Amino acid sequence: MAEIRVQNLRKAFGAFVAVQDSNFVVEDGEFFVMLGPSGCGKTTTLRMIAGLELPTGGKILLGGEDVTMRRARERDIAFVFQLFALYPHMNVRKNIGFPLLAQGMPSAEIRSRVEETAKLLRIDHLLDKSVSGLAGGDRQRVALGRAIVRRPKCFLMDEPLGTLDTEFRDLMVHELRELHNRIHATTVYVTHDQMEAMSMADKIAVMNHGVIEQFGTPREIYDRPATMFVADFIGSPPMNFLKFGGGLAKGAKEIVVQGAKVAVPEVREDIAPADMALGIRPEHIRFDDESKLRGAIYGTEYLGTTQIVAVETADGIIKARVPAGIHLSPGEQVGLTLSSARLSLFEKGSGRAVRTAMHDQAAEARHG
Amino acid sequence: MSLTTAHSVVAPSSNAKLIAGTIIIAYALISIVPLLWIFATSFKTPPDSIAYPPKIVFQPSIEGYCNLFTTRTRQTPEYINSLGPATGFCDETVRKRNMVIAGPSNFLPRFVNSLIIAFGSTFCAVFLGTLSAYGFSRFKVPLADDLLFFILSTRFMPPIAVAIPIYLMYRELGLSDTALGMILLYTAVNVSLAVWLLKGFIDEIPREYEEAAMIDGYTRLQAFWRTVLPQATTGIAATAIFCLIFAWNEYAFAALLTSGTAQTAPPFIPTIIGEGGQDWPAVAAGTTIFLVPILVFTILLRKQLLRGITFGAVRK
Repeated sequence: MAEIRVQNLRKAFGAFVAVQDSNFVVEDGEFFVMLGPSGCGKTTTLRMIAGLELPTGGKILLGGEDVTMRRARERDIAFVFQLFALYPHMNVRKNIGFPLLAQGMPSAEIRSRVEETAKLLRIDHLLDKSVSGLAGGDRQRVALGRAIVRRPKCFLMDEPLGTLDTEFRDLMVHELRELHNRIHATTVYVTHDQMEAMSMADKIAVMNHGVIEQFGTPREIYDRPATMFVADFIGSPPMNFLKFGGGLAKGAKEIVVQGAKVAVPEVREDIAPADMALGIRPEHIRFDDESKLRGAIYGTEYLGTTQIVAVETADGIIKARVPAGIHLSPGEQVGLTLSSARLSLFEKGSGRAVRTAMHDQAAEARHG
Repeated sequence: MSLTTAHSVVAPSSNAKLIAGTIIIAYALISIVPLLWIFATSFKTPPDSIAYPPKIVFQPSIEGYCNLFTTRTRQTPEYINSLGPATGFCDETVRKRNMVIAGPSNFLPRFVNSLIIAFGSTFCAVFLGTLSAYGFSRFKVPLADDLLFFILSTRFMPPIAVAIPIYLMYRELGLSDTALGMILLYTAVNVSLAVWLLKGFIDEIPREYEEAAMIDGYTRLQAFWRTVLPQATTGIAATAIFCLIFAWNEYAFAALLTSGTAQTAPPFIPTIIGEGGQDWPAVAAGTTIFLVPILVFTILLRKQLLRGITFGAVRK
């Protein structure tokens, strides 16, 4: 196992830049997820780490060794493809043993290693079956088996659950994380599904248009999104934005949104007057008739324990997550109270988050 | 409310099936009659073969096959009687027509030539075609579209249109009437077909297979050999059949460029007609034997042809 260090990695296809100066470090044994919409460059980054694409610029270090220009087979990594790429002309046993065969391992040893791996993944009863008859989840396990049998430096997975049914997917999310906890393999996992990312990752990189928008733990990314894109991409429903104008001074603790004063975490930098946005997670909104920030109920989505309520304000619809017990009817006027400590401020032009006291607490929390 | 019976929109109705079946059977019969006629003629005696009205029921004889494989000389009955007892069935049959076997005919060597040239050129065309098709399918080849068009353009006119230049070239190069020359020629004609057919098949095979193999420690060539080829067998079989049919049946070039040592069966068979009267049973026997290899080859590869391209281990 080894750490993966990516430095100023860049990939251009003609005039189109797929990956722009990416920098990140995946520590030894970490489960790292690259998350982003399709076409954001996450798969290209993964393929460059694998050696299936050569970067236009930058460096890739595997366990401290520069492998940027090395062939895929010389990198000692394993790759799980979205479509599994199980060889249809081989049975399960041969598929799993295929990477070992390349190393010229004696067949008796291949046999025992394959069986050991199959046991780990609970597919030992399928070893002599043809891969074409397998169910989606079992195919996935065979593909994983082929990856872990060689005990490579790291695992790369390209949306491996993308083609599975929801039912299998939830199961595989648990199995993957459990497997990772057992073998502690450095893993880079690419997905566009935030639930997969949030539930499995140690660290997440959120990518958009070839740029890493934020790199951090799932909690950091959810609680303190670095950009409006991240805030909007993560969370279901995503973060609400309310626009407000004017600049911000260092030390400010209050802003005015739609004529209502809203307390915010203390601002830590001076911002010149510009269009700004206040970011609020749906669960940080409460209904309070006293509040000056008002709106009309537009519709509700009942989810069992909670409900998502769409409220039409002067600045468009915002969504609140409130207990399912509250009865609301469309058109009803409500006041909204926001949990001050959990609010984010963004510069609308650049989408960048304004540094506030929330970020200090995070720094403190991280250092002890 | 009227009662309606549920019927599928996709499945053909029984009437349609009946009509389709009738047409197919009629077509099959029409196609097979000439073949059956040749097969039957090969077992007729020369008088039976030219009898009018044609004989459907006749006493089978292998005289045609005897005549096909031998050369014979006409002798006086006295001379034939002076010979010892006939040494075999053919000998006996031939003597009844006042002839004796002088030696083997050229049919067997010509047939072997056909086998060598047709299978040799098919192998070369499929081998080169598979590699080129893989290259065109997987790599960024400069001017790939133009090259592919150029390769296809060699099929724009009938190959025989270039017969005269090829004849002159072959004479200069010493390739006339050589098996190597014919293999090169048929390969050149077939390779364009092979590249185009196989490119289609290889394009269908997801790249992930090779990528997975290359990450797992194989070189590209090994990955190609172990993952692409096994999945391209259907395409390779289909291409091989097409190439073989062309090379096996080709007449014009063979008639023009071969005359002796490298002559193939197609230009040889008509020459039988001239030897000692119109020996239709011998011609039919030659044709019947000539049909066998291609028939066997197609039947052997039929399973490959019918098999699906991938078995669904990759979901699309």
